[in-house]
Amino acid sequence: MSGIRRKPGVCGMVMAVILGFLVVSPGDAPAAEVYKVGGIFSITGPASFLGDPEKKSMEMAVEAINARGGVDGRMLEAVIYDSEADPTKAVNAVNKLIHKDGVIAIVGPSNTPPSLAVLTYAERAGIPLISCAAGIGITQPVKPWVFKTAQSDVLAVAAIYQDMQREGLRRIGILTVANAFGESGAQQLKAQAAQHGIEIALAESFGAQDTDMTAQLTKLRSQNPDALVCWGTNPGPAVVAKNARQMNLGMPLYQSHGVASPKFIELAGEAAEGLRLPAGKILVADLLSADDPQKAVLQDYIRSYAARYQQPASGFGGYAFDAVHLLAKALEGSGGDKQKIRQSLEQIRGHVGVSGVFNFSATEHNGLGAEAFVMVKIEKGKWALIP
Amino acid sequence: MQEILQYLFSGLTNGAIYAVIALGFSILFNATELINFAHGEFVMLGALCLVTLWSGLHLPLPLALLLSAAAVGGVGFLFQRLAIHPVRKPDHIVLVIITVGASIFFRGLGMLLWGKDAFAVPSFTRKASVEVAGAVLTSQSLVIIGTVGVLALVLHFFFRRTLTGKAMEACAISRRAAWLTGIPAQGMVLLAFVLSAVIGGLGGLIIAPITMCSYDMGTVLGLKGFCAAMLGGLGSLWGAVLGGLLLGVLESLSVGLINSGLKDATAFLLLLMILYVRPSGLLGNRSVQRF
Repeated sequence: MSGIRRKPGVCGMVMAVILGFLVVSPGDAPAAEVYKVGGIFSITGPASFLGDPEKKSMEMAVEAINARGGVDGRMLEAVIYDSEADPTKAVNAVNKLIHKDGVIAIVGPSNTPPSLAVLTYAERAGIPLISCAAGIGITQPVKPWVFKTAQSDVLAVAAIYQDMQREGLRRIGILTVANAFGESGAQQLKAQAAQHGIEIALAESFGAQDTDMTAQLTKLRSQNPDALVCWGTNPGPAVVAKNARQMNLGMPLYQSHGVASPKFIELAGEAAEGLRLPAGKILVADLLSADDPQKAVLQDYIRSYAARYQQPASGFGGYAFDAVHLLAKALEGSGGDKQKIRQSLEQIRGHVGVSGVFNFSATEHNGLGAEAFVMVKIEKGKWALIP
Repeated sequence: MQEILQYLFSGLTNGAIYAVIALGFSILFNATELINFAHGEFVMLGALCLVTLWSGLHLPLPLALLLSAAAVGGVGFLFQRLAIHPVRKPDHIVLVIITVGASIFFRGLGMLLWGKDAFAVPSFTRKASVEVAGAVLTSQSLVIIGTVGVLALVLHFFFRRTLTGKAMEACAISRRAAWLTGIPAQGMVLLAFVLSAVIGGLGGLIIAPITMCSYDMGTVLGLKGFCAAMLGGLGSLWGAVLGGLLLGVLESLSVGLINSGLKDATAFLLLLMILYVRPSGLLGNRSVQRF
């Protein structure tokens, strides 16, 4: 310790700060008038295509709930931080939300790695967290305080394999992006192949920023598979589609739900023709049959999002939209007690949301079934429902 | 055999892009001994300018190309004047850190101006792909490979046959001596910056149709171009071309023959090995200090 001399008064200052915190601790603050709800989204950075619409949708949902009188007469207030898809920043944001802002629940983060990083903090603090990420590891095994609204990769893979079975495709090649989304996809594709009678001939990967995937496609073609599955988020899969078209690949190409947005058709252009992919129903809301329970919710969400932000709505924003509405439902009659919120979340059944119909239980914290996805194909630059 | 040919074509296309970027690094290094880590962002700016001018404003292609290249050259000019020139103590490390900072700034600027989404640009020619023994070479690949060849020849001519080029090379050898003989050394440095930026922008222009353009595309490309320049020998014109093509082909072959997950690792491992044997790069002739 030699050489380090504490300045007098530092101790006193620290004490004062601690005392200050004690005085304004959330327990007895008069702030009980509003329910503060935290949000952590990747608003900027590589996953901004998720975080940006999620932030907007959360704000929109909070406004809508407040406009109809809030929950039990108390307004909601959204406190939103940007995680930039970085797990470290997400952890900081969670700590800030819990300890500084004193929120009663948290929506987000947007993607899987930050979600996995923050869930222990939510568990320890005993605060309900509704993630907007796809990774199955977030809610399996079930953690008492962690829920999620995004459809899992498991369901997307199942949808693709069922479509392949209908089409009689047995031997496939897979091409996944070298990041958490692609890894998780590759894992699920391999895990579920056998039970659907599908054989994976070859698995290849590409970098998220790669400019040309011809080499990977050439290698996959040399194995003569019946079909290819590409698993990634924009812009990589659009390059894959372009390369496949240039090479005259001559086999069906499946994409993941990661590109289920109009942007993909714009990027891939003509090369998008004939591609098949699993997608949330929001993409084909107008094509759904009138007796689909989600149709009204979806059309309402699409209309209000477009009116509020002058942008087309995407399925990604729906994750946060659903999370806020589920939370509002669970908040009713809870008086802000976190344990009660958690318990009521687990009891929600048949909540019709943008991403699907949620049926939570003590053992199911994602609550979506296989019908949350529909298979679509791209025809003349438009989405078409595959029956 | 058909596969190997396809890997080669794919590798040459990618490699030609790395070569263009490496040329930019080399020219600037030649005149200033500076490595510009913002060079990749010039590629991004070139591609995104083309998105705006061609796809957005529907200008005729040649005009859009010219204006985009000029715009990136202008950015290079401002960069040198506003960020590099005023530095009071131009230590090497200070300047390199400034370029790192500039790259973050340009990326942020790109995000603000063009948003976070990617854009697609159609191919320059409507011609169909060429097929050689079952392997496909797209028309845009031919454009890219052709551009590299022409660019390298023009630069070769510029440095060997014109007074300005020779003056620039003289500055590279000794700026003080060049200045004493009446060469405007400051002007040469500025010219090198602008030239390097224009070449970077050109890289962005030719790559735009084969990939997707977004504000964050520059970093990886810049890094690959830098490696290509190192591989060929920093400061060497033909070294940059050779280094770029070699890196592209190595990457593509490692995908085909080893594993796509190890693509970057394999290519960079080979690069390290080559630099271990020849620290000055394949065609570099400067004496190199080992740390």
